[in-house]
Amino acid sequence: MPIVGTRTLPKIRTRTLLIAGALLALLLAGFVSYYADKNPDGLEKVAADKGIDAKEKDHATADGPLADYSVKGVDNQRLSGGLAGVLGVGATLLVGSGVFWIVKRRGDGGVGDVDGAGSAGSAGSAGGLGGDAAASVADPS
Amino acid sequence: MHVPDGFISAPVSVAAGVVAATGVAVSLRGARRELDERAAPLAGLVAAFIFAVQMLNFPVASGTSGHLLGGTLAAVLVGPFTAVLCMSVVLLMQGVFFADGGLTALGVNITVMGITTTLVGYGLFKVLVAALPRTRRSVSGAAFVGALVSVPAAACVFTLIYAVGGTTDVALAKVAGAMIGVHVLIGIGEALITAATVSSVLAVRPDLVHGARGLARTLELRDGALPTASAAPTAPAAPTASSTTQA
Repeated sequence: MPIVGTRTLPKIRTRTLLIAGALLALLLAGFVSYYADKNPDGLEKVAADKGIDAKEKDHATADGPLADYSVKGVDNQRLSGGLAGVLGVGATLLVGSGVFWIVKRRGDGGVGDVDGAGSAGSAGSAGGLGGDAAASVADPS
Repeated sequence: MHVPDGFISAPVSVAAGVVAATGVAVSLRGARRELDERAAPLAGLVAAFIFAVQMLNFPVASGTSGHLLGGTLAAVLVGPFTAVLCMSVVLLMQGVFFADGGLTALGVNITVMGITTTLVGYGLFKVLVAALPRTRRSVSGAAFVGALVSVPAAACVFTLIYAVGGTTDVALAKVAGAMIGVHVLIGIGEALITAATVSSVLAVRPDLVHGARGLARTLELRDGALPTASAAPTAPAAPTASSTTQA
């Protein structure tokens, strides 16, 4: 009874998943975003309807090069919005990965109180490896 | 739901900033345990993905749109502490570069859209996952409900902050009613996107989903017991395991 043959889809490599996810994010922000609903969002609508926005101030970077998800100086709306989206995804990926890399390094460090966390983390990874091994055993290929 | 400058008074914005900074500081510590070899590379991508999907406003009622917030999604995928950091990075980028969400309101926005959605959405997710059978479908379903509730919860917290520090004088019942009403609808979109994303990752790499780690361990223990166990003891386990995995 092949209980270990649990996966309904073939297991893909972490790197493949990360690249696919990044491409999907770029596609959504760079292309699909053009078709997003242009109406005000829930808070904007409620604020306008009820008068919460009476004392709203202009954004400090309202004239910035990427303000309101469009690249200043690019007139084509589709291109301008798409480019802004791609830049945003790229910047968020960079800043996010940088932050998490630093946090992870601190977690891996040899400082006393971190030891427990470190071993808990590696126990988790070991478990994961076990799971992976079981899956690959079941894989007919 | 990005709050612009001028909605909330300066002192209350500062107070929300202190709450947000505390949340981020706690999360920086907590995320050390979550960011192991598997989760760390995924976490940056989760932030970028949430940034992208937040651009995709969907219609919810006449003349009103909504978009994903993402706290529940991030928490289920990479853990709650890391989720607060993901959301903070996204909100920071949006506020600084895209003029989306006031700079003086950054603390309000992190408190409402980052911390509240993560606490409520992931909290509910954990309760449901503990109560439901250990299947992938339960994980997706729990993520759906957590995400669904997290959005009106964020609307409630905004209303509370407005009650304390709103710069305008609108009757609170009106604000609460309108905010919660429209955000229940937006919550449905949040729930659909969250469940779809979580089940997609579960389908190809369940080991990478933070919220499904208990599930993976259960399957593993049964798998591990197989080679040594005799046919009789494994037989009763088989239907459970296979139904678990087909879900």
